[in-house]
Amino acid sequence: HLATSLPLPSERDHLRPRIDLIAFMIDIKSKYSLKNVEASLAHVDASFFLGKVCFLVTGVGRVNYCSVEMNAIWKLGEVYCSPVLFCELELEGIRVATAQRLLRMLQICAGHIPGVSALSFGSLMRNSADD
Amino acid sequence: MDVTVAEYIRRTVLKIPRDEIKTMLQKWGFLSETQLQTINFHQIKENISQDVVQLCEENSADIKQAAVLDIIYNHIYPNKRVWSVYQMNKTVVCFSCVTGEETEFFDLTDFKKKFKRRLRSALKNVTINFREYEDNAVWIRIAWGTPYTKPNQYKTSYVVYHSQTPYVFISVSVLKSNLPLLCQALVVASNYHDIHEMELRSHSLNSLKDIVFKRYSQNFQTYYPRPLQERNVAPENGDLRIIQENRNEKERIQRVNQEVFGDGPQPKLEFAQYKLETMFKSDPKMDVLDEKEPFRCLVKFSSPHLLESLKSLAPAGMADAPLSPLLTCIPQKARNYFKIREKKGFFPGSFVSP
Repeated sequence: HLATSLPLPSERDHLRPRIDLIAFMIDIKSKYSLKNVEASLAHVDASFFLGKVCFLVTGVGRVNYCSVEMNAIWKLGEVYCSPVLFCELELEGIRVATAQRLLRMLQICAGHIPGVSALSFGSLMRNSADD
Repeated sequence: MDVTVAEYIRRTVLKIPRDEIKTMLQKWGFLSETQLQTINFHQIKENISQDVVQLCEENSADIKQAAVLDIIYNHIYPNKRVWSVYQMNKTVVCFSCVTGEETEFFDLTDFKKKFKRRLRSALKNVTINFREYEDNAVWIRIAWGTPYTKPNQYKTSYVVYHSQTPYVFISVSVLKSNLPLLCQALVVASNYHDIHEMELRSHSLNSLKDIVFKRYSQNFQTYYPRPLQERNVAPENGDLRIIQENRNEKERIQRVNQEVFGDGPQPKLEFAQYKLETMFKSDPKMDVLDEKEPFRCLVKFSSPHLLESLKSLAPAGMADAPLSPLLTCIPQKARNYFKIREKKGFFPGSFVSP
């Protein structure tokens, strides 16, 4: 399900399945996109932040056009206890690899991988990022 | 043949893309078809230009013919220059107009004569050339000199005048000091009373014409909240696994965009400039320039195609729809340079000054 911001329109509530993973996409070239994500985060129930949220930062290939500061992004990841992934959508290889990573995360969050919970995976990702 | 003329022709030919040289020389018509046959148009441009100069030498070309070639080049590649739009008008008090319907018959010969006479009476050293095109457009090329020097063929101004309209498109090039003289000559020659600059500038001459002649697809004010035809509910991308949660909002944005920008391609502008002469409004505690004097600020938007990029901002999710009317009014107001002053108490609506 693609949405431009949260909260989701209520008229479609009855059509929506259970949400297992929320990936917030931040375009590093657009301050507007960061603001939008920050505003949308306020509408997310706290239980999602136990491993069911991640931040996907796009546009990282174009270093010259960065508008969003990296500190702001790291801080976001810290404050909301969620992993931050980076990708460049314009390159097919990276696009496919990122999709595969997200798919893997989704499988864990949906409970399809026995023995691994969203929470344990989330803390695994955070610990490895700190190293 | 004058050495300066030869050099000028050579440089003009060098500007032309190699594949276009033959066609342009044919349009020029100064060299015969047999002469053109003798030129190898597959060699490097440097050599082609030398061959052309050689042939022009045989035909004894003078500056007038060379100037025609320059006009042809600029007519085909007008986007290499920056064009400003001027509007001429007749003032209300016009005694000859009082006599009823004035049949405006444009006499080209009279126009040319008056223009040359007016210009030459003020400045003897000018080269003036005219060329007419099918769409009632008169192209005027002026090479400027000074009272003491011959006209510099590399310092030229171009004027495009559509005789059935009060609009003139001027590309001044370097010598802006000659502009008042040029404007005066235009007004006198075309039987108008005065001329003013429209604050509309671009590289794309055709787009400027589209804007002032209203040839672009305009939005029409719709007072109906719903579009007239049924919107197709099927998803745009064939993949039914992707669900757009904000479809309604996306459709609203498309609708608003279509109302504002219309359906067709936008005229091509490169800049929009807003000169702010407004007061800086700060937290009173900060006491920074608070209401003391206008905060002078210039906001400039630039893009290879400004209006198309503005049109794609909201659908791309980079701005809210509708956009500020300061941006969207550009084609309707036929201007891309604005001065913004404070809202005055008496005129709460508009505060964009003419």
